[in-house]
Amino acid sequence: MSAIAVRALRKSYGAVEAVRGIDFEVQRGEVFGLLGPNGAGKTTTVEILEGYRSRDDGEVEVLGVDPARAGGEWREQIGVVLQSSAMYETLTPTEMLRLFAGYYREPRPVDEVIELVGLQEKRDDRVRRLSGGQRRRLDLGLALVGDPELIFLDEPTTGFDPAARRRAWDTIRGLRGLGKTILLTTHYLDEAEQLADRVAVLAHGQIVAAGTPAELTGSVPDTEIRYRENGREIVLATAEPTRVLNELTGRALAANRELEGLVVRRPTLEEVYLSLTDEDAE
Amino acid sequence: MRLYWHELRGELLLYTRSRELAFFTFLLPMIFFVLLGSTYGHDTIEGVKGSHYLEAGMIGYGAISIAFAGLAIVLVIRRESGILKRLRATPLPAPAYIAALLASFLAAFAVEVAGLILLGRVLFGIPAPDRIGSLVLALLLGAVAFCGLGIGVSALIKSAEGASAVVNAIYLPASFIAGAFFSAAHFPQVLRGIADVLPLTYFLRLIRNVMLHDQAIWTQGTNVAVIAAWGIGGAIVALRYFRWEPSEG
Repeated sequence: MSAIAVRALRKSYGAVEAVRGIDFEVQRGEVFGLLGPNGAGKTTTVEILEGYRSRDDGEVEVLGVDPARAGGEWREQIGVVLQSSAMYETLTPTEMLRLFAGYYREPRPVDEVIELVGLQEKRDDRVRRLSGGQRRRLDLGLALVGDPELIFLDEPTTGFDPAARRRAWDTIRGLRGLGKTILLTTHYLDEAEQLADRVAVLAHGQIVAAGTPAELTGSVPDTEIRYRENGREIVLATAEPTRVLNELTGRALAANRELEGLVVRRPTLEEVYLSLTDEDAE
Repeated sequence: MRLYWHELRGELLLYTRSRELAFFTFLLPMIFFVLLGSTYGHDTIEGVKGSHYLEAGMIGYGAISIAFAGLAIVLVIRRESGILKRLRATPLPAPAYIAALLASFLAAFAVEVAGLILLGRVLFGIPAPDRIGSLVLALLLGAVAFCGLGIGVSALIKSAEGASAVVNAIYLPASFIAGAFFSAAHFPQVLRGIADVLPLTYFLRLIRNVMLHDQAIWTQGTNVAVIAAWGIGGAIVALRYFRWEPSEG
């Protein structure tokens, strides 16, 4: 049985269609990335799965239950990291984790959670003294303290510096190692590439591509060749890079010219993503 | 039930950690008691000693400060910061949460009352009240009613920034007009007109009648009814408009 099954899901806010009929499944033990620019419908989708929002149409099952009708029993099994880091600023991470641990029947030991998210040195400082990255780690700890089956991470590293992001990624990989199912939303491609087993790209409320990160980059066969000629940048996209390069270099050598700024490369997931979500057009 | 007790312990810890709550809702009534009591404690107001009159007034002011102002501000801040939303994702049932939150504010008010009575005894030699049963019932009624109004008002406030401003603009003038600090008997007609609809006016009358005039609570039908009506009104607004999620945008 899959951890999450979504079929023909729709949600509108007034005249705005935030989610326009999407389908996807997340298997147990999988890290699934929901990727898309701001306003693509990621958070709306995730909040329907978390039970926060009602849907207009379609079917949703999370751990075999419709989240719109789920109760405490179901909440024992899910962990949620929201976009905002809402905390009791006057408590310490240990106290806050202890408070939240008490809401669950079989919580993970608080010391273990603190270690898992790397807050050993800050465990007895007040939350208001934590840095943004440390707060985010406590956020994750609060989602983990109930020892959930399924964890929702809504943009877990937005606003992090590069070092903090790498640490957060290591933590998330660690969760995967524990056999947890993770639904991750992000607008960072490298994050999806680093963490997700499979990715669905969401744009304007629809899934425009889905598959493993490798499949997504592989779906665009062209290689890009760039160089400058008379100060103008020339960009060629070709499925036959060897032949095109041979021609170009042959001509340049014959004319005793240099192909200035020559670059040959495969498209990155970023370009695939940008072409799919056409953020440039907006 | 286990979750209720667990949450109550958490709420009490949170309450004691909050400097804002400790000062504005908890210490301020005691400070005013000492300051005003040393100014007119020996005068006679409405036929009783000034300090006795003021003690009852400060208990009323404490009730509106803690149960109404403190609770409303805490709820708005928790909602707007997203804590209430986060709690909704946990197995903690909403009734257990609300009950524990209210209980923590009622406990704070109980300590406040004990503190005021102790201060009154030490500084002004005010004897302990006779009608303990009626007093406890009156205090409980008032505190619960102000909690209802506090939750109701919190549901109407849209932003965390506005919370203190709106709440202060309501409860500080209300405390003054209702006669918590000074007898309202010689206030201008307009203010006395306003005072006639304020729940605090009836709560102050109720506790002064019980504490200073030895009246039992069952003789206080009108006061009890008006206080209860305000509390129920607040609860109805709360049921209709209460939200767990922050206001959008």
